This record gives sequence, structure tokens and C-alpha cells, in this order.
Amino acid sequence: MILVGELSLWVALLMAAWTVVTSYAGGAMGRDDLVTSGRRGLYATCLMIVLASIGLWTALLTHDFSLRYVASNTSANMPKIYVFAAFWGGQAGSMLFWALILSLYSAIAIWSVRDRARHLAPWACGTLAAVLVFFIATTCFKANPFDRLSFVPADGRGMNPQLQNPGMAIHPPNLYLGYVATTIPFAFAIAALVTRRLDSEWLGIVRRWSLISWFFLTVGITLGMWWAYVELGWSGYWAWDPVENASFLPWLTGTAFLHSIMIQEKRGMLRKWNVVLVVMTFLLAIFGTFITRSGVIESVHSFAQSPVGFWFGTFFVTTTIATIYFVATRLKDLEAKAELESMVSREAAFLYNNLVLVGIAFAVLWGTLFPILSEWVRGTKITVGPPFFNTVNIPLGLLLLGLTGVGPLIAWRRASTSNLRRQFTGPVLFAVAVLALLFALGMRNFHALVAFTLAAFVAGTIGQEFYKGIRARHTMHDEAIPMAAVRLVARNRRRYGGYIVHAGIVILFCGFAGLAFKKDHDVQMKAGETKELTDPLGHQWKFVSQGTSTSETLNRFVTAVGLEVFRDGKRLGIMTSEKRQYFDSNKQPQFEPSTEVGIRTSAKMDLYIVLAGVRDETAELRISFNPLVVWVWIGGMVMAIGGLIVMWPQAERRRAGGYVATLEPASRPELAVSH
Amino acid sequence: MASARTKFLIGGALVLGTAGYLMATSISETGTYYLTPTELATRINADPGFRNTGVKIGARVVPGSIQRIPGGREYLFNVTDGARVVPVVYRGIAPDTFTDGVDVVVEGRMGQDGTFHATTLLAKCASRYENAPTDPNAPGMDKYKQTPGYKSATGTKA
Repeated sequence: MILVGELSLWVALLMAAWTVVTSYAGGAMGRDDLVTSGRRGLYATCLMIVLASIGLWTALLTHDFSLRYVASNTSANMPKIYVFAAFWGGQAGSMLFWALILSLYSAIAIWSVRDRARHLAPWACGTLAAVLVFFIATTCFKANPFDRLSFVPADGRGMNPQLQNPGMAIHPPNLYLGYVATTIPFAFAIAALVTRRLDSEWLGIVRRWSLISWFFLTVGITLGMWWAYVELGWSGYWAWDPVENASFLPWLTGTAFLHSIMIQEKRGMLRKWNVVLVVMTFLLAIFGTFITRSGVIESVHSFAQSPVGFWFGTFFVTTTIATIYFVATRLKDLEAKAELESMVSREAAFLYNNLVLVGIAFAVLWGTLFPILSEWVRGTKITVGPPFFNTVNIPLGLLLLGLTGVGPLIAWRRASTSNLRRQFTGPVLFAVAVLALLFALGMRNFHALVAFTLAAFVAGTIGQEFYKGIRARHTMHDEAIPMAAVRLVARNRRRYGGYIVHAGIVILFCGFAGLAFKKDHDVQMKAGETKELTDPLGHQWKFVSQGTSTSETLNRFVTAVGLEVFRDGKRLGIMTSEKRQYFDSNKQPQFEPSTEVGIRTSAKMDLYIVLAGVRDETAELRISFNPLVVWVWIGGMVMAIGGLIVMWPQAERRRAGGYVATLEPASRPELAVSH
Repeated sequence: MASARTKFLIGGALVLGTAGYLMATSISETGTYYLTPTELATRINADPGFRNTGVKIGARVVPGSIQRIPGGREYLFNVTDGARVVPVVYRGIAPDTFTDGVDVVVEGRMGQDGTFHATTLLAKCASRYENAPTDPNAPGMDKYKQTPGYKSATGTKA
């Protein structure tokens, strides 16, 4: 099976190349036989990649350590689930994984338009296959997971313990599912540009896939933050590291697109801008992969440096130039069909939303690339850290939060004074009340006050919309309140799903605002010693050290410290924090020691205890009080749920049959890779 | 009366202008030089005032040079880029990966005594997530035995 897998990879390369040639030729000459052949070529490519993937999984699960990839990323004593996840844990495997998702997505996307979009499909199919050729070729020539070692080691080197965490097993596939899904909109954008069919047909297909991409990026980023928080032991979840930024960038432009597409649908404006956003989202996904794989930028996430980076760079530059050419030669076809009529309108609010999202993306990109740029321009490497990103992005983020409340409620074209009064009086009063309350309670942090006030405003607008909608159903259809609520959302999934996403944003910002009150304490404690600390909410905490202990389990040595925890004199129990040293089957230590954080979560605040080290029987600890952290994860989940509601298939099936085909397969790739 | 389009462009320019201003000022205020020990020495020779500029040094820990001050949480160690050795003093919690011979990034400033006073210490490991086997009998795995977690784990067991 392993050999079959290896051979399939090469066959897939040929198949994909065949698809590029036949699809483009078929599209250009209008020959249906070539187009059909290209489409079948794409399905065949997909099948071959699936076989190759099964081959690699077989190798991993049977512990065939003659393969470099298997030996480098797994060991015989690892839990099975992580052996399975090692497929995407290393460089070569993740390239194959990328190709796997892309081929599945492509096959589904092309199959879903098999009896419509006749003119677009061949070009989209060819473009998808071209991207596939790039990924498969890079895998074959530069990062082949089937490469063999000259000797067969008795055991592999195992997986980094920090990756042996359930969050880490599902975080990367989610990000990949999100990254890769940006390819489909890109392919259809190119198809629309080439054929000059820049009407609504391509947008309909593209919106669906943009949502899928957005959904998986949201889930992936949230899981990544959660993983960093529970596993890395630095008591934060976002460090503005280049790799984090790389996942954030396509999310920002993708989000901008999902908003600006509404303006094009309703008013025929922003047609150029939408094409640019679609292409930019794809390019940023590729670019993100490039900077993280090439070693161009220092990052804690760095993969081993490899020639893959150069290939990505070349692909990125080529694609950018091709796209600029197509957009530049099609400007006439992309003329707007309407003008902005008033500054006080939904169009204007959405335009500002786009401006801010893209502004944040630009600032993040600038900060990420600044070490390289400064070295080119001035000859010295200058790095910017979290202070840079926070200074720029906090004001922009807060502006965005405010717009989240304004955009969905303000009238199209030109909002009248009565529209504004009717929609915003309640939310504004609510926001002012929250501000007054927080101020009275003694909160003086400027950014936090603004964040909570705006959050209250947006929450007010969302609450008001739900209230109005439910009341209308309740009176008109005589439905009970809970039934009215469910039907309201179910019958208007796009609108109310969107509100739920916004509610998630509100929750997320409240979680972020909690960071303003975070407190860290570095303490040293011998067995029996006591430390008293005050948390940001004024509670008195007492910690009594139970001393340190050591133990040995399946694949690690553990050094642990236990603390008896009291809050305001009340005993809460014992919390432990561990330092682990993993080893392989021969008891050879592997990797650096890792930290197992002691976390006590509550709605108001997390208590976060890290064992930094033990010396002379003295435990060195960092005890952090992290207010509202749990709301970051909850906010992310609410956003994901809202996203699911928006893209849930049946909503459109009832309305128009035409979309069914694109919708059905949306959840399939997820099923195919998550088992 | 200006058209809505013009007004939007003015508003947009204001937003982007503010963002640009924030970016420029925060880079000049928080941007940090990233230098090798040799580059730092060259700069300080050229301009002694450069000592007061906060910088980051990327270099490798000289094996055997790590000392801990008894009773405190200070580390003394030397870093080198192969050409020049800089002594570093760091107070705080060292990361798990901080051992002999690893690449570190220290942030801080050069003191008058020629010792670099670091406020942050990051240790990097080239094989952070991937760990290719070279030769099964090769030495080199010993370095992990020097880490605090490993020592304390084996120490009490023996």
C-alpha cells in the first residue's frame, strides 16, 4: 500500500497536468470533449491523491520507520491518535495533506457546477488543476513524505510533546481546510476574468466557498489560541508571531469580502474591489505558507528550513503577476453599476468596514515583514513586537466593533433621521448605561471602557433585532416565543446567522478587553510555604505549597508541584502544575522539557499556574490571574456556530434549487479528513 | 456640498492616515534593532551613546558558561556569534529550551561594564517540531539531560 501510495503521487502529478492542458484548451476552443476530459482528469487526480494519502497513513500506523517522514515524526510508543495526526504534523506530510484537501475541494466544486456555469467551469477547473500541479510537484520533488532513509532506525524520533494535545491534532487541519478553500474562489475569479463573465454567476459560487474558508479559519485560529494558552505556558494566546499573523491575514480579507459581496449583490457596486479581495485572500494564504516554510522570517513555529519556501515564493510571484494582468485588462468589465449616495447609509458603513479590515491586514503584514523591509532599506534588521501590533490594531479593532453595530441596521442608500432614531436610540442608551455602571464600579482603563461600551452597543443592536423579529412572528403567526426564535433564525439564516457571528465578535472583544487587567506574579516556594496574592477583582488568594514530586509514565518523566488554593479564606482544592520530559522506547530523552499548566477556569477569571523549574527543592512558579479569558474561546465558538447557520444548506434549498449542488458537499471534506 | 464619494474618501483618508501615523510612531518607539554581537560592538565603538538603545541580540550560548546566582533568579552566561563573546546577565524565568549551545535571542541593553543586561530571553531550537533521525548511534542527545526537568526527574529516582 505504501508503494501504491508513492506511485499514485506521481500519477496524480501527470493527471493534474493533463487536466490543466485539456481544460484550458477546451475552454479556449469551446470543445466539450476536451472540457469533459479535463473534468475527469480532475476527478482522477483526486482519486490518486486519496490513494497516496492512504499510503502515507498506512506507513504511519504500521510504524514503517524506513520512511524518513515516519521516523522523524512518530515513535512506536506514541498514542495512536497522534500517529494518525502526524500526517499533517511535519513539512512533507502537510504538503500532501494540502494537496489532499485541495483535490477533494476541487472535485466537489467542479462536480457541483457540472450542469451549470458552462463557460466558467473549464477555466476554473484548469486553474484548480494548475494549483494542484504546483502542490503535488512541490511534494514530489522537494518534500516527499515517501522518501526513504539509508538505514532503518529501531524507533522514530517521536512527536514534539507540545503537539501531543487534542487541540493540536485538530487545529492544523482546520487551518488547512480554511487556507485551501480560498483556492476555489480564486479559481472562479480567474475564470470570470478570463471569460469576462463578471456578472452574478461566479459570485454565487464564490460566496459559498468563501464562507467555508472563513468558517474553518475561524475555528482553526480559535483552536490555535486555545492550544497556545493551555499548552505553551506563557499565559497568553496571541503573540503576533508571524505564523499566527499568516493565519489572521486571509481571515481579515475573507471577512472583508463576505461583507463587500453584499454591496455588489444589492447595489452592483465594488465589483473591482471584490475580485481583488478574492484574489488577495488566496495570495495571502499562499504567502503565509511561504513565509512560515521558507525561514525568511524568524518564528517560534518554524518548520525545518527547506527549499519548499523558494517554490512557494516563485508560485506567489507568478500568480500575483498573472492576476494583476487579468484585472488590469478587464477594468472596463468591472465598472460599478451604482454610485455611493450618502455617507449615512449601509453602503458607507460596509465600505468603512472593508477599509478597516484591510487596514488591519496591511498593518499586520507590515509589522510581520518589517524585519526584512528594514534590512533591505537600511541594512539593519529592526523587529517590531506586540506593542506595535497593539498600538495600531486596538483603535482599528474598536472602530470595527462599532461598525459591527451600525452596519446591519442602517438603511441602504440614504438613512433618514427617523431610521437612525428608530434603530439606534435603544442600543446607544444601553451602551451609555453600561459605561456609567463600569465607571461607577471603578474601571478606569480607557481601552477597556471603550471596548465594553461598544460591545454593549452592538449587543443592544443584536438584541433589538432578535426582539423585533421574535415579537413579529409571535403576533403574526401566533407562535410561542421559543418556537418563534428558532423559526426566525431558520427562515432567515443569512441575516440572523450573521447576527450570531456578530454576537461572537462582541463576546470575543470582551475577552480581549480582559487582558487589560491581567496580572502575573513570579514566586518561589518550598514545601509548606505560603504565598498570599490579590487578584484584579480584589479577592485575596492564598497558596500553600505541597512540595514537588516526580513520577514516570508511558513516555515521560513528570515533575509536579501541588498547591493548595484558598480564595478569601475558602479552600478551593489542590492545583498541580507539571514539567514533563518525554522519552522514546529506549528511555532516551526527546525534545526539550515541556510545561503542563495548572488552570482553574471561571467565567470571571482564570487562575493559571506554571511550574518554571525546581531547584534545591524550591519550586519556581509563575501565577497569573487572567480575567475573562474563557470568553475568547466562547466568542470563537459562537462565531463558528453563526457561520454554520449562514452556510447551512437547506436555507437556500427552500428558496432556489440552483444552489443545492454547491451546498451539499460543503461538509464532506471535513468528514473525509477528520476520521 | 461635496458628493458622498468625496466625503467617504476624506473619511477613509482620515482613518488610514491615523492608522499610518500610529504605525510610524509605534515603529520608531518600539522597533528594536536585531543585531549579532559583532554588529553591536561595531555600533557601540562608532557611537558610545548606542549603549542606551534597547537591542535584541541573536547568538548562541557558549557551552558551559551558564551560571545561576545562588538564592536569586539571575542567570549569567556568554553568547557568541563565533567572532565575539558577550557576557549576559538575565533575571527572570528561563524557558525550558534554554541550555548549552542553543540559539537565543536576548533583549535588553549593554551596560557600562560590558555585560549585556537582558530583560527577555527567548531560546530557539532548530528542530522544534521536526526531529529527523541522522545516525542512530550519534551522540548529541545528551544535551537534553542537562535541562532542569530531566535532572530533577532522574535525580530523585536514583
